[in-house]
Amino acid sequence: MEKHVVVIYPHPDDEAFGASGTITKFREEGVPVTYLCGTLGEMGRNMGNPTFANRETLPEIRKKELIAACKVLDVDLRMLGYRDKTLEFESRDEVAEHLKSILLEIEPSLVITHYPDHAVHPDHNALGAAVIEAVSRMDEKTRPTVWAQAISRTYEEELGKPDVEMNILPFFKKKMATILAHQTQAQGVLGSMSQTTDDLEAIAKERLGTEFFYTWKF
Amino acid sequence: MEDIEIGKVQEQLTRFVNKEVYVHLETTNGAYASHFDDKAYNVGAFIRNAKVTYTHAKIVGIGNAYRVGLKLEIGWVYAEGLSKWELDEKGQLLMAGHDREGRLMVALQISETPFKY
Repeated sequence: MEKHVVVIYPHPDDEAFGASGTITKFREEGVPVTYLCGTLGEMGRNMGNPTFANRETLPEIRKKELIAACKVLDVDLRMLGYRDKTLEFESRDEVAEHLKSILLEIEPSLVITHYPDHAVHPDHNALGAAVIEAVSRMDEKTRPTVWAQAISRTYEEELGKPDVEMNILPFFKKKMATILAHQTQAQGVLGSMSQTTDDLEAIAKERLGTEFFYTWKF
Repeated sequence: MEDIEIGKVQEQLTRFVNKEVYVHLETTNGAYASHFDDKAYNVGAFIRNAKVTYTHAKIVGIGNAYRVGLKLEIGWVYAEGLSKWELDEKGQLLMAGHDREGRLMVALQISETPFKY
């Protein structure tokens, strides 16, 4: 059994779409989970539909959504304080050291993050790379395992099949509730995944019913 | 935000003439544009808290697509595709354009105090 799982993604809602089934599985086993959320998604385009947020109110609204989502998942939350869309321009070294200091404090047995260069959004790629860098700087004997999540269209051709496959349908209710806690984002993000239906739950079940990860080889 | 009424927005734009103001200007089609459509391009530009003074400002357009131009001492700022506006509780003038799904495509915002974050 894992001792403590740390999930590191840049945006409020990445945890919901990406790993909330896996997180629920760990929580039901009694494993502590901490979410390190890189930004507040300040630059998000989804303002709710119909729109109820604007560029200036979005950060506070998404912060509340993030806190609500973490309550649904029953996980600890730490906000890292970076700004949406700027993570790739930050010093990789500084971000890695920042992450390393938190990981040394929490001492997780497993870290979940995005697979660098295979995660589409520049923030995903940059934070994933900083996580890999941070963990590679830790003591080989005690450092955590890393599960990296790829979401690009070509990742399977380029990387082969992911070795970790989580069927999260038993935890799907929790996953859907976590996604819906992100009120400004749920409809826009799920809607963009399907042109044929607007049944959000059906889209989520089809597109997000399995969560895949690659165990990182250092 | 509300639908732009040209007279009301023009009044607000004029309010900032010859004052030192902070401008937020962005346009984006999102980080996932070419992920969902391989024929699309990811394009965006963003500047926040640019300090400028404009000598003249005008909003032009009809229906649901307006353009706003700010004339500076040695340059210009403009945004196209604006359809909604709001004067928030801090007195900041927010203008934006959204697509059919309510996603932001363009924003131009003007404030006498720096924007937060």
